[in-house]
Amino acid sequence: MKKDSPQMQQEQDRKTAEATAAADTAYDALSASPSRTLLGDAWHRLRKNRLAIVAIIWIIVMVIAAVTADLWVPQRFGDPITINTQTLTADRLLPPQLAHPFGTDDLGRDVFARVVYGARFSLAVGLIATAISIVIGLVLGALGGYYGGFTDTLIMRTADVFFAFPYTLFAIALVAVLGPGFINVFIAIGVLGWPSIARVFRSSIFSVKSQDYVQAARALGASDIRIMSRHIMPNSVAPIIVYGTMSIGGAILTEAALSFLGMGIQPPTPSWGYMINASTKFMTTAPWLMLWPGFAILTTVLSFVLLGDGLRDALDVKMKD
Amino acid sequence: MLKYIGRRILQMIPVFIGVTVLLFLMTAVVPGDPVKMITGEREISPAVYNQIRAEYGFDKPLIVQYGMYLNRLAHGDLGQSLMRGRPVKDMLLDKFPYTMQLALAAIIIEIIFGIGAGMISAVKRYSFADVLVTLSTSILVSLPVFWLGTLLQMFFGIYLKEWTNGAFYLPMSGAGGPGAPFPHWVYLILPAITLASVSTAYAARIMRSQLLEVMGQDYIRTATAKGLSASAVLWRHTVKNAMIPVITFIGIDFGAMMSGAILTETVFNWPGVGNEIYNAVVRRDWPVVMGGVVIIVVVVMIINLLVDISYAFFDPRIRYGGGEEA
Repeated sequence: MKKDSPQMQQEQDRKTAEATAAADTAYDALSASPSRTLLGDAWHRLRKNRLAIVAIIWIIVMVIAAVTADLWVPQRFGDPITINTQTLTADRLLPPQLAHPFGTDDLGRDVFARVVYGARFSLAVGLIATAISIVIGLVLGALGGYYGGFTDTLIMRTADVFFAFPYTLFAIALVAVLGPGFINVFIAIGVLGWPSIARVFRSSIFSVKSQDYVQAARALGASDIRIMSRHIMPNSVAPIIVYGTMSIGGAILTEAALSFLGMGIQPPTPSWGYMINASTKFMTTAPWLMLWPGFAILTTVLSFVLLGDGLRDALDVKMKD
Repeated sequence: MLKYIGRRILQMIPVFIGVTVLLFLMTAVVPGDPVKMITGEREISPAVYNQIRAEYGFDKPLIVQYGMYLNRLAHGDLGQSLMRGRPVKDMLLDKFPYTMQLALAAIIIEIIFGIGAGMISAVKRYSFADVLVTLSTSILVSLPVFWLGTLLQMFFGIYLKEWTNGAFYLPMSGAGGPGAPFPHWVYLILPAITLASVSTAYAARIMRSQLLEVMGQDYIRTATAKGLSASAVLWRHTVKNAMIPVITFIGIDFGAMMSGAILTETVFNWPGVGNEIYNAVVRRDWPVVMGGVVIIVVVVMIINLLVDISYAFFDPRIRYGGGEEA
């Protein structure tokens, strides 16, 4: 066989290099991302989803407003909790105006200030209750999904028991027993949320568990904990991210419902749900009282729902709608 | 088929036992004197106190108390209302017809608008209508139902009345009755819309994603290729196959609605089970709360069982697939 001349060899190399470059470009175009990490890839796709970006911005704005509220709200709009008896009659039920952009309530307090302070509790419940659900759900889902058998049956039957209760009713009964208040609302909503997380995580583990790389790790003598934390977790975490994001919205809605029924955080501390409850008395005379907290709940929950939708598409998670 | 039903009923038993254990623990673990929970704030003599203590077995170990609780349940004894002295069972049975009417009305709305919107948005995918449906379903699931209810009350009950000088408006609360200004069904309109809102959005979403999935199947391509008209393919092949999960969802949802829509019933003061339980919570009438929850869980479980059975009846794959969920 005739040996290739140096020129031909160079020509060959150049062609190979070109082809490789072209393939790389095509690959980048197809995968739409030069990044290879799960989150980097997802972020790249998420950035193109305009609704999700608006949602993220809104959530950030809310969080900043809620966290920094002490620095600017009372100075500019007045105290959201204490009632000033001297100016009470003059400041009562004022319609929206420059000094009070959302108007004032029946006790002369600025509604904007109360909505901003209400965000603190709502966001805290959303995040903490969901965190509780995720921790319980991940542990139990992992145990069930990884070990199967009796452990799995026991955990999933317990989940069935929780599913047998209508959600709102269960939350109300639980808070009724525990007594209303800050911590109990966290606990009630957090404890009720774990079965869904456990189910999602368990089925996601099931699908990962039988993959070749997990078998390979096991064959190499990796311990259960190592297989779980290094091989299974990273590959089954995507549905949890999506589900968790949506659960935050759900937890905020449940908290608002509990507060509306007078079973959440107790007045005078502002909470959106209770503000709506208290304002129904002034439906005819001061309808704006009812609108603002409602919009606050709607936009916050909607942001988490849209972000969840966006993450689902970005992480390519298949979920039942 | 019988074997499947039998297996499903057997699966219900541990769940029911779990539910009773959980409810029992909820009442038993609460801080405070359990006798006080039964007698409420009333002053009682030590003799009566001891009698109640012995009757409910509060002096015995928890496991014995649980046995006594189960025994009372098995005899249909849910306890007595502290405030009204009536059996909890009778009180709730009085309220069930109202809850049922409301649930039926809401389900009708859900079927018409949920399935309709889902179909439009799947058939005209990426059209303006599709975007509109997708966006409005996101908004509906994020909307607090009690807020929607109060907004509807404000609009149809107050503003509409003002604008039309009292000629046309809808009642804001209650269920009518003798001497009421409207026939009974008019009182259902606003609560039913409120109760249906969230589920309608979910039904539309499920319908849409199911239709889109079925549309990509080989048999749809075959049906089109053999020359069937677009509408024949849609109705005879696509919709029929896409409907199964939607019907399941609506069935389970009906069960959830039967359990009494606490928020909707409270906002509209609708005299149903949910409203009764909420009032009991406010009055700290524990037997009504706990007894109500037991009844509701049983009703929901039975409806879910019926849904599963009908599902298996329509879709043989469930029956023969071993029935174990993934």
